[in-house]
Amino acid sequence: MMNHPGRYLFARGPERVIMTRDTRETLDSKIRELNNAIIELATIVEEAILGSVSALAERDITNAKAIYDEDKNINEKRFEIERQALIIVATQQPMATDLRRLSSIIDIAGELERIGDYAKGIARIAMRLGEDPPLRQLVNIPKMAEMTADMLHRGIDAFVNLDEEAGMAIPKEDDQIDVLYNLDYQELLELMIHDRDNIDRATFHLWVAHNLERAADRVTNICERTVFTTSGKLIEFDRADDETDAF
Amino acid sequence: MNKISIRNLSLTYSDGTQPLKNISFDIPANQISVIFGPAGGGKSSLLRTLNRLNDLTDLKYQEGSVLLDGREVLDPALDVIQLRRQVGMVFARPVVLPFSIQKNLTYGLEVAGETNKDYLLDVVESSLKKAALWDEVKDRLADPAIALSGGQQQRLCLARVLALEPEVVLLDEPTSGLDPISTGKVEESLQDLKSEYTIILVPHSIQQAARTADQAIFLLQGELIEVNRGDLIFTNPQDTRTQDYIQGRFG
Repeated sequence: MMNHPGRYLFARGPERVIMTRDTRETLDSKIRELNNAIIELATIVEEAILGSVSALAERDITNAKAIYDEDKNINEKRFEIERQALIIVATQQPMATDLRRLSSIIDIAGELERIGDYAKGIARIAMRLGEDPPLRQLVNIPKMAEMTADMLHRGIDAFVNLDEEAGMAIPKEDDQIDVLYNLDYQELLELMIHDRDNIDRATFHLWVAHNLERAADRVTNICERTVFTTSGKLIEFDRADDETDAF
Repeated sequence: MNKISIRNLSLTYSDGTQPLKNISFDIPANQISVIFGPAGGGKSSLLRTLNRLNDLTDLKYQEGSVLLDGREVLDPALDVIQLRRQVGMVFARPVVLPFSIQKNLTYGLEVAGETNKDYLLDVVESSLKKAALWDEVKDRLADPAIALSGGQQQRLCLARVLALEPEVVLLDEPTSGLDPISTGKVEESLQDLKSEYTIILVPHSIQQAARTADQAIFLLQGELIEVNRGDLIFTNPQDTRTQDYIQGRFG
């Protein structure tokens, strides 16, 4: 039935599809370049966080100024990543994981820029307080800075390596930063209550601690993008210290 | 509501090749369903099964069921001419008839016995409007259709299908020879048409699939790999083979 030998009205395509794994070498190499740009930007931001806090601790106005000025460079690098990512979307038309990864790269570049803004804010406070007598020995704030920078470093590693497990685990460390933030908050309140002359400097210190706490939250956002890239799921990690109930 | 239900459809050609292997899925009414996948995957065979154009090939046998509004399309007793009016098809290369623009549209109806001139003129206007061609040709309906540009010819072919008032429109890579502007016009007219018709499209690229699909069906070597909403399949495919293909990661 329905057999009409010799009547090929339509050409039929090849019956076999040969699978290879390197048909998107151009796209892959462009994504690698962008990943490297993200690592480079994250490194600068990490150093800005650590540097701004050590400038505050050491009352080093020169270094604080240098970090304050570095923010322009951070912003420019963020925009350059965004530009390159959009060019790849337009010219390579990525789909699925590739598309999610590029969307995440744009998002993460923005998160890094905002963390850079927190570092700039701390640097500005360090410049302002460098002239004043020291308020106290800094303990919790440098710890918070180190933990934030470390989370950021591993968070970026997890994204670049598409390590979903690490992306899920790192945000849990945010709780420890919140503990330090609350300790510092209590200490600063006591300093203010003890002596009205402390209020100005203590408020600045509180801003520094708050900036660090916010920076760590943004690392959590970066980890959310890692999970989105690998799984396609948009999730929000629970944060007891969300902006809405920070105070 | 499903317009077409395909169940366990397998085709075998006389040389033993199997363009379709046990395919089952539904085609909802008033949506654009996009069938995509590598060459030789069975896309055109599937499309041609839906209006029995496969009857003209060296098909050895076919199994399974294709229900159109609950009626078996594969039934040998079915009136195939009637089926093809109900399920129209637009091909990759526009084939205009060597007549005027107007006659290209009325010819099929005239052959089918339609003589009411007013009705025929109405059909010319309405089908050209639906195919987004009316404004470009309304003042030269008597000109030879062959004088139209490639993009216009393809829209004329779409209008010619619509003139027969089908319920389902099949399109096999309808924009493969068109420039981006003509492609855009065809794609836009499909979006307008879906409220009235069920549209099944074999796209000429993944990007076109992503732009147009309400529902997308991925065929690989005759097997149905994945069926999903278009907005989901191109951002988050569930099968690694779909993922590899739409990411361009096998050739």
